[in-house]
Amino acid sequence: MSVRHLYVHVPFCAHRCSYCDFVTVTGHEELHGAYVGAVLAELALHGPLTPETVYVGGGTPSLLHAESLERLLTGLPACADVTIECNPETVTPELARLLRRHGVTRVSLGAQSFQRHLLETLERRARPETVAAAVEILRGEGHENLNLDLMFGVPGQSHADLRADIEGLLAHAPEHVSWYELEAKPGTRFAVHHGAELARQADALEDHYETVVAALREAGYRWYETANFCRPGHESRHNLGYWLGHDYLGVGVGAVSTLGLVRRRNRPRLRPYLDACAAGRPAPADVEELTAPERGLERLMLGLRLDQPLHLNGLAALVDDAACDRLAAAGLVLRDGETMTLTDRGRFLANDVLASVLR
Amino acid sequence: MSLETIRNFSIIAHIDHGKSTLADRILQLTRTVAERDMREQVLDSMELERERGITIKAQAVRVLFPAADGRTYELNLIDTPGHVDFTYEVSRSLAACEGALLVVDAAQGIEAQTLANAYLAIENELEIVPVVNKIDLPSADADGVALEVADLVGGNAEDVLRISAKTGAGVGEVLQAIVDRVPPPQGEAAAPGRALIFDSSYDQYRGVVAFVRVVDGSFEPRQRVRAMAQGTTFEVEELGVFSPGMRATPELGAGDVGYVITGLKDVSQLRVGDTLTQARGGAAAPLPGYQDVKPMVFAGLFPTDSDQYPELRDALEKLKLNDAALSYEPETSRALGFGFRCGFLGLLHMDIVRERLEREHDLDLLVTAPNVAYRVRAVDGEWIEVHNPAQMPDAGSIEETEEPYVRASIICPSDHVGAVMELNQERRGTFGHMEYLSPERVQLIYDLPLAEIVLDYYDQLKSRTRGYASFDYELLGFRPGQVVKVDVLLAGERVDSLSLITHRDNAYRQGKALVEALRERIPRQMFEVAIQAAIGSRVIARETVKAKRKDVLAKCYGGDISRKRKLLEKQKKGKRRMKQVGNIEVPQEAFLAVLEINREGAA
Repeated sequence: MSVRHLYVHVPFCAHRCSYCDFVTVTGHEELHGAYVGAVLAELALHGPLTPETVYVGGGTPSLLHAESLERLLTGLPACADVTIECNPETVTPELARLLRRHGVTRVSLGAQSFQRHLLETLERRARPETVAAAVEILRGEGHENLNLDLMFGVPGQSHADLRADIEGLLAHAPEHVSWYELEAKPGTRFAVHHGAELARQADALEDHYETVVAALREAGYRWYETANFCRPGHESRHNLGYWLGHDYLGVGVGAVSTLGLVRRRNRPRLRPYLDACAAGRPAPADVEELTAPERGLERLMLGLRLDQPLHLNGLAALVDDAACDRLAAAGLVLRDGETMTLTDRGRFLANDVLASVLR
Repeated sequence: MSLETIRNFSIIAHIDHGKSTLADRILQLTRTVAERDMREQVLDSMELERERGITIKAQAVRVLFPAADGRTYELNLIDTPGHVDFTYEVSRSLAACEGALLVVDAAQGIEAQTLANAYLAIENELEIVPVVNKIDLPSADADGVALEVADLVGGNAEDVLRISAKTGAGVGEVLQAIVDRVPPPQGEAAAPGRALIFDSSYDQYRGVVAFVRVVDGSFEPRQRVRAMAQGTTFEVEELGVFSPGMRATPELGAGDVGYVITGLKDVSQLRVGDTLTQARGGAAAPLPGYQDVKPMVFAGLFPTDSDQYPELRDALEKLKLNDAALSYEPETSRALGFGFRCGFLGLLHMDIVRERLEREHDLDLLVTAPNVAYRVRAVDGEWIEVHNPAQMPDAGSIEETEEPYVRASIICPSDHVGAVMELNQERRGTFGHMEYLSPERVQLIYDLPLAEIVLDYYDQLKSRTRGYASFDYELLGFRPGQVVKVDVLLAGERVDSLSLITHRDNAYRQGKALVEALRERIPRQMFEVAIQAAIGSRVIARETVKAKRKDVLAKCYGGDISRKRKLLEKQKKGKRRMKQVGNIEVPQEAFLAVLEINREGAA
């Protein structure tokens, strides 16, 4: 099987941030070794792979003990584009060297903010200076492709805070930036604590998003995806795979794969995962059978997140041409024969635009 | 049975003053209904009637009463509907009687509706037997109320009967008083037949059943009969009396109250108030008092689910069989889809129709703001009647307009007179006169535009008098009034179902309230939405819904594509429920704004 993109999930975290809805596990350091063994066993079931990209995400992959991390990276298929996510406070020169040694070509740092009070609200362990130190260490050890994750829409974030974050970010000159709006998913601890404040600042958030896009563009970044910016040539090739509708394989607890019309979602519980993999069985998973129109709809939904025109080959039937023309006239959509792109304003309103142009 | 031993009477009472309970007691006392069949409100057969405690359709029942003189009397109780919307039907029921029990609650005293119906009875030259009910209540003031009642009907307080329909105390005396005080029916037994139709109903197996009071002559099965005003003819399939169910008899003679099975397929062929006579050799002149009742209040009825349109049409057809006053015609609204413009006698009638459609026919309905009928004369001189804002000619081509007026009677405690006058002033009322029924209770007469009372007048009256005022009205006809159509424009496009017709004096306030309500109901969207209210081309109010600047899923990677796709599908579905007006998406509920605004705006 030819898998172009491989995702490896490492669930361990020092602390579960209350806004997070990823599959994470706090504590259980004694399981690091067993977990890596399980992931490699799961991977082995798929036979030899030659992916174009590998992405090790979490959780906090950099929290793994050095020997476990080493074993994981060694056991992954050879690849020229390997990204790993790190939390700033875990970055040491040793780690940076280890990553270099084992073929990691790109490091993604979860910075989130450079403001102390916002980091505290987010329950992050790092302090502004921790982020700076991590960047310095990574650069010093020769990591030339860095991503910083940032967030806007943090409760209590003022416009001045946002400006300060933009300055802080630009000072580090990362090759790639992911800047997300904080999503307080209903039911999370975070939504319960901060829901009222978030509702209050909803109007200001519109402004924040526009500010971020304008500032980063001015600094020479390309707004190549809804929430992602890069220096020319430094797109995240792994994530582009998702947005271009490629198949991908995910291994690890909670990881998702999409292969053709089958979407497999590994169950989120650690113990059953470890037991199954140890016994050489496939990881417990839920399977979602996609229909061709569903996959097409996803293709539109994801493809229109990009600044590059989306080819409508085979997707034209899903698009309501009249609505498309209406939105084109209103300056939200660019339709050029067989391709479709959202204008800047269209990208800010992508959900509404999509819901309107879908048949 | 000779006319001497027949008494025809009805009961006049305000809602909750005990009419149905008294009727139940009478049926029990005369053993008309076996004890085991006794249930509350025997006469109110519709589910809705029993629940609301009101009578929608008139009914009749015959009881046999052994009186003090040793003779057994046939007493026909004709139940009258008890609400302002059915004044005409009440008057026809009363016309079928020689006497009326005027039942007044010993704790509440006379109410406007009682008064109105009492006057109707007096106009019809009925003998009134006043009764004070609920004397068993701790708060009863039987003597005070008896004085009030005696004053009204012009008698002595001692002649007012004091009863408790609940316990049965005094009910026998009521029946004896009917025998003693109500005159027997007069009629020419030998003359050609004349029977007053005081109600009708539709039976799916037997067709239209007419409820009649025979005034002259007699009727028999197989006779060919003609309804004189409408010209409908039919053959009598069966006739008989109510005891209380229908019981066939070989004839109905002068003075009798009973039913006639007609085999007709539509109640509109046999209107209340019409006179039946023999098709051949019949009477020369009909009984007086027939009127063609016309709906005065109109509203659009739309199924919430457009697939229910055929069911709504069938249901209206069925209701119409039993309700000659209901009118309907198809109406199409761009916003609400296919539905019907329906005409009603008044608000209660509208409420009842809506509830019956929803309950008995399991429909989910959207009812637009009711409006009254207007008369409009265009520059070319033609008068037209307008039932719907869409029928209103262009503002420029209107020469003059008229609106229906009513004469309202309000009875309230004297310390609330100021509040009631203020309300009537606000509602463009013209003061008629004021009368003290007792030192504590006042009757006020006002002429008011019907449009001012169809919305929330009654609620306002109740709330401003802490529930003490009662209210009744009669229609006066059309009078000049400057009415205008207020249109709503969304992003410059006129939206038909949001238009309203209102008096010029209210237009600005209602237009403003309407655009404000719309602003709250129309969500922000990709475009700025201008909401304007306009009379013709003149904008009288404007609000803006700012365009939203951001609606985007922050991040989307391999792990949550399914969830994001479902969110998108949900958003798309949400859009389907919206009505597209140009570039603007308007949620269904926004169309209800016009309903509420009329209530608020009129206040």
